[in-house]
Amino acid sequence: MAREYTGFWRVLNGPQEIGRGPVFWCLFAFLALGLLAYPFFGSVFALSNLANFCLYIPMGLGLALLWGYNGVLSFGQGAFFAIAGYVYGIIAGNLLDIPGGTLLAAVGGIAASAAIAAAFGYLVFYGQVSNWIIPLLLLVLSLILETFMAQTAGYQWRVGSVLLGGYNGMTNVPSLEIGSANFGGASIAFYYLVVALMLITYLGLRLLVNSHYGHVVVGIRDDVERTRMLGYNVALIQIQVFVVAAALAGLSGILYVSWGNYINPSSMGLLAATLPVIWTAVGGRSSLLAVLLSTVTLRWVADTLAVRGGEYAFLVMGILLLVTMLFFPAGIVVTLARRWLHQKSMYRDLKQNGAP
Amino acid sequence: MSLGYVVSLLYQYVDTLAFLLLAALGLMIILGVVNVINLAHGELIMMGAYIATLTYNRAHLPLPVCMVLSSIGVGLFGMLLERFVIRRFYDDKLGALVATWGVSLILSQGTLLVFGPSMQSVPLPAWTFSYGDYSFGGYRLVLFVIAIAAVLIAWWIFYYTRLGVRTRATMQNADMARALGVDTRHIYLLTFGAGSALAGLTGALYAPTTTIVPLMGSQFVDVAFITVVIGGGSNPIVGALTSAALLSLIATPLSSTLGTFSGRIGLLIAALVVIRFLPRGISGYFQDVRYRHMARVAS
Repeated sequence: MAREYTGFWRVLNGPQEIGRGPVFWCLFAFLALGLLAYPFFGSVFALSNLANFCLYIPMGLGLALLWGYNGVLSFGQGAFFAIAGYVYGIIAGNLLDIPGGTLLAAVGGIAASAAIAAAFGYLVFYGQVSNWIIPLLLLVLSLILETFMAQTAGYQWRVGSVLLGGYNGMTNVPSLEIGSANFGGASIAFYYLVVALMLITYLGLRLLVNSHYGHVVVGIRDDVERTRMLGYNVALIQIQVFVVAAALAGLSGILYVSWGNYINPSSMGLLAATLPVIWTAVGGRSSLLAVLLSTVTLRWVADTLAVRGGEYAFLVMGILLLVTMLFFPAGIVVTLARRWLHQKSMYRDLKQNGAP
Repeated sequence: MSLGYVVSLLYQYVDTLAFLLLAALGLMIILGVVNVINLAHGELIMMGAYIATLTYNRAHLPLPVCMVLSSIGVGLFGMLLERFVIRRFYDDKLGALVATWGVSLILSQGTLLVFGPSMQSVPLPAWTFSYGDYSFGGYRLVLFVIAIAAVLIAWWIFYYTRLGVRTRATMQNADMARALGVDTRHIYLLTFGAGSALAGLTGALYAPTTTIVPLMGSQFVDVAFITVVIGGGSNPIVGALTSAALLSLIATPLSSTLGTFSGRIGLLIAALVVIRFLPRGISGYFQDVRYRHMARVAS
């Protein structure tokens, strides 16, 4: 590193992320400004679609933190997404007349996901189980939750005045409201909320992984025993990261419900559980930026393919996942970025030292 | 409580035990020897059911022949899978998990595209017997006998054949085994094929009892994964037997009184509690006890 940064900038530009230096930050600012200016020329339909793609970013970034930076794979992000969505729907539906009810519901939904993650994390991380057990059990949890929610049809399955709705899902969930602003799916307010949360999540996690704490998190990924011997409470840190990832998945879930006013059991099922894993693996789990890009791109690809039938979309996603794991184990975006950085440094060497 | 009720509970226990054993044994043998988790195991079971159903309905072969055929077919497919995918992930369990997950997506969605959402199933062999007020399906008992036979055959191969000696050597210390002339890659290939063949057999055996749909694998894998987690991979056969016996003991009363869903929840909670205290599963615990005993004898 030729440049010396201090304090905040040093942490923001730390080594745990690709994309450092002025060129990257100019591009980043350009992209952010573009997103902020988009409502002035994009149609309402395009805005609503883009908001739908971007609202999954917190869930994707949470899994990148958990799997890419802490070495814990999870097939349960879909479950945490849907738990928050359902709890939000239940609370918001019961507090329709109270101002700020939906905000309370959002907090409740995220808290529910975080609490379940904490309980689950306590059992597996303090047990010091092998790393393959956690994804398996989370997969089982997702399957069980989906089976449970699918059979909650009928009038006897209700909480307060809200019907759970069984396989057809919970309908007419109110959108988020803060003060007089309504964050419905087709509103510009919702678009700005999603863009703001996406930028905050990205920059916040970038600060987190480059802080001292973040280096311990990465240390656990690289060598659990060594980190434990250095005196860190590995299980506690793993639980904290797991809870953060679950809360971020919950945030996405709440945004999703606020966008579509609807959630159904398939959002916590087997196929939903795979999507965050695919985004993270294909983009490159060791970089938040790569996961951010691949989340939006793959959401767009899946949405385009789903017009022809959901099975095509999932078939293509499966092939993409297998090809990535076989030929780009570090992820496609990360591999390309590394190759580009490598070539750039070779070119610089060449210029400084002359032809070999 | 009448004697008939006890017999009915026993029947349910045996039925659950057979289901858990058949669903998990192949997965567990692969975990124990090759040291990877095959997330496409459910889809291999689904493939077995499809092959059996297709050969029965289209080619009109007798049912046992169809079952043998699907076992062989899925076994061969498993060997291809090992050769082209699993081989790259021997030392990367999470990588293997994710890659086989991609395989499972391709298989289930591909089946959905090719064969449609459902398929005419195989008729259930109509053997029944009754005891007291209860009547039972004889086919379930056949399944139990086959499950026990599968465990016994695996036991015999592991402990009474040269192949078994090589396999156990590979499990214990692959580098050492290789140095002594064991072709460990060959062992891995054969083991993966055998585990897949067991999955195919399971699918074929349960084809008459369920509806044949592309996502049917998921009803096998949730219990199979719990069985594997509780059993541990240190000794697949002991692990599968003890863990399936324990889990059916938990699931049978729960699902007969409170429904299937409570049974599954009970299994998940049991798994979480067991790994809190025995992180390497029951067979891992047995192995620790044995090593400790050996150390004490040696000193």
